[in-house]
Amino acid sequence: MRRPSWFAVVTVLGALSLVAAGCAKEEGGGGGGGGGAVDCNTVEFGCVTYAAGAPIRVGTLLAISGSVATLGLDSQHGVSLAIDYLDGKFDGKPGQLVGHPVQLDNEDDLCSKQGGQTGGTKLASDPTILFVVGTSCSSSALGVADKLLGDKGIILISPSNTAAGLTAPDQHNPFYMRTAQNDAIQAKVVSDFVYTKLGFTKAATIHDESPYAAGLTGGFKTFFEQAGGTVTDEEAFTTIAGGGSSDFKPLLTSIAQTKPQLIYFPDFNPECALIAKQAADIPQLKGVKLMGSDGCNASTFFDQAGAAANGVYLSSPIPSPGASTSGLLDQFNAAYKDQFGKQTAPFNANAFDAFNVVAAAVKKVAIENSDGSVSIPRVALKDAVFQTKDYAGLTGTLTCISTGDCQAPLAVNIGVYLSPDVPTNKPGSEPIFNETITLEDALGSG
Amino acid sequence: MADGTTEVAPKPTATVGRLARFPLRKTIQLVIGIAVVAGAAWGAYRTISLGTFTGAAWRDLVVFGVAQGAIYMLIALGYSMVYGVLRMINFAHGEVFMFGAFGSYFVARVLNDHGLINSSPVLSIAILMIAGMVCSVAVAVLLERVAYRPLRNAPRLVPLITAIGASLFLQNTARGFFGDQDRGYPTPDSLGGSWTILGIPILRSSVIVIVVAVTMVAALTWFVARTKTGKSMRAVAEDKDIASLMGINVDRVVVMTFVIGGMLAGVAAVLFALVFGLVGPFMGFVPGIKAFTAAVLGGIGSIAGAAIGGLILGVLESVGPALFLTGLKIPGPNQLKDVFTFTILVLVLIFRPGGIMGTGEPEKV
Repeated sequence: MRRPSWFAVVTVLGALSLVAAGCAKEEGGGGGGGGGAVDCNTVEFGCVTYAAGAPIRVGTLLAISGSVATLGLDSQHGVSLAIDYLDGKFDGKPGQLVGHPVQLDNEDDLCSKQGGQTGGTKLASDPTILFVVGTSCSSSALGVADKLLGDKGIILISPSNTAAGLTAPDQHNPFYMRTAQNDAIQAKVVSDFVYTKLGFTKAATIHDESPYAAGLTGGFKTFFEQAGGTVTDEEAFTTIAGGGSSDFKPLLTSIAQTKPQLIYFPDFNPECALIAKQAADIPQLKGVKLMGSDGCNASTFFDQAGAAANGVYLSSPIPSPGASTSGLLDQFNAAYKDQFGKQTAPFNANAFDAFNVVAAAVKKVAIENSDGSVSIPRVALKDAVFQTKDYAGLTGTLTCISTGDCQAPLAVNIGVYLSPDVPTNKPGSEPIFNETITLEDALGSG
Repeated sequence: MADGTTEVAPKPTATVGRLARFPLRKTIQLVIGIAVVAGAAWGAYRTISLGTFTGAAWRDLVVFGVAQGAIYMLIALGYSMVYGVLRMINFAHGEVFMFGAFGSYFVARVLNDHGLINSSPVLSIAILMIAGMVCSVAVAVLLERVAYRPLRNAPRLVPLITAIGASLFLQNTARGFFGDQDRGYPTPDSLGGSWTILGIPILRSSVIVIVVAVTMVAALTWFVARTKTGKSMRAVAEDKDIASLMGINVDRVVVMTFVIGGMLAGVAAVLFALVFGLVGPFMGFVPGIKAFTAAVLGGIGSIAGAAIGGLILGVLESVGPALFLTGLKIPGPNQLKDVFTFTILVLVLIFRPGGIMGTGEPEKV
């Protein structure tokens, strides 16, 4: 009988892997705490300890596959460049953080709740993960990844979650923060652009049921109606990935009946591209302007919509570094182009800042042990990030407020581009309209 | 395969017997039917009395629906014919469609690079159709040979599971080869805009979809009714064993069925790509499910059924939300378009278990 022989092999292997897992866990969780102000054995969520020379493990939870991979990969490249820049220069060689190399564990948020659940669970179950940069899409974070990781004391810092709910006082998870702008700001700028600059008083909105898109259309409605405009029709659709149809012509025909001057569709691709393309075919929508958002604004939009992309307005954050970092932004953009080619979405600088804001906090709270290992207490790290004040980042001078928005305290600069002159399509394009307002301004008037 | 012995039900008591005589099921069906029809009528009445939609809008919605339905119809025919001949649901048919789209996509790119797509659009579309058909047929025939033929005499559930597996396999193969981003499909500029037909402006792409689809269905009907191969297909559909006793090569007929299904899917794929301008590895899933629904709605196994089912589905999806929901002030009515599709499916299956054109006998899958 041969059966027992492989059975034995499997058993031995299984036993070995259990032992290995046990060792790994001990290495990650326990140990540590050699002579700092913090006692790692008593403090809540403990410390993460890395042996001498062992890499600090950082997770990313970004949309790196599927139709919005342009967004996630772009942010992932931003994180890679941040690690590259740890040594103070963009040379393609990774630098070190508190004397340790940094190792990334890249997970996929699939731009959905399910992806946030799967990737979040995986990262949360790994005690050696120090913090996580993510997610790309608000739907993956809100109540899913932010909770899974927060329950383990792991920081989740997002480069591109913009849904207002994530940092609303009643929904904010204490371990969640972001360097992306709050959508209350973007909605306000879009509303100002449409009402003041274009002089339109009637607009219709389409969202894709995600917290991101629904948040933007909802915010837009509030601001637009306050200004004196009317939202003639609020439509919604199911995404194609979620089993919806590619045919938007009936939906657009319904909208056309309410005679808007502009249609606002802050969604993702390919839906943005399909809406732009099919709206051009609807005779009753002749002369009606189209306005998308930073979700639409990806290189795929221009490929998929073709000529129909021309004339579509797209809003996006504009990195507005202070005087001390404006040279760095140029270097960053050059390094990005060098290492990864054309940028595919507008959030790579936010990802760079997200990593660096936490890295700066790590430097403050890390406890160097006598054996060359380093211990980082989780709660102290989180508190240090929240104390970030006037951090000179690429996207602006950042200050983190208690609800997790790490943004320029003076203002966030949002631009509106007129396709095809959009940076993700033609690098170096200039916005046709831009406004810098603070979160308080936006929320105060909303 | 011997069927398991069924347990004899306990004898009904007198009361249960009286209840059983009361046509409870029929009554419930009737009540549900009347309620749905009344709700729909009320919604439609409210919408029309609101007067938001112009006559031109209704006409456009119907035309969009017919064009979408024509694509469903072509895919549905593939499901229906395979079911007719083999009594199995080929769940990988959506992927046959997807590969057709990719095949023609690469040809379209070459044509576009040489400017042929805009300089001679008719020739280009013909070439794309052929490329789409060749690819879809190749995948369909391969699928039959590798995944289905070895299981021809296995219990029914086995090929069904295999089909689902094949579908996932093909999806992920395409994902591996082509990446999971949707790609823009080059379309002729002259396809934009509309033609005025009988005083009605209709989108050029819709006209082409409808004309091509109707031609294909007409050709298929003629083929099945008039040619020798068509006759043998009908014979195999009726009874495989007897047909083979009569000297019909069943394997050949089955392959022929997959070839025809693949051709129709290939044409549908090119039409879909020309209308929406996108191809991607997961593009076959939703149209596949819709087309399957259309086939069941029309009566699976029947050509006319698949055609009618596809058209009804397309028009309902397009007109339904606007007609029945706008008047009821339901926010975002287009989100609920699938509700119509499946409500109608359930209703049809309650009253005619075999589908609209079906025989009326319930069929187990």
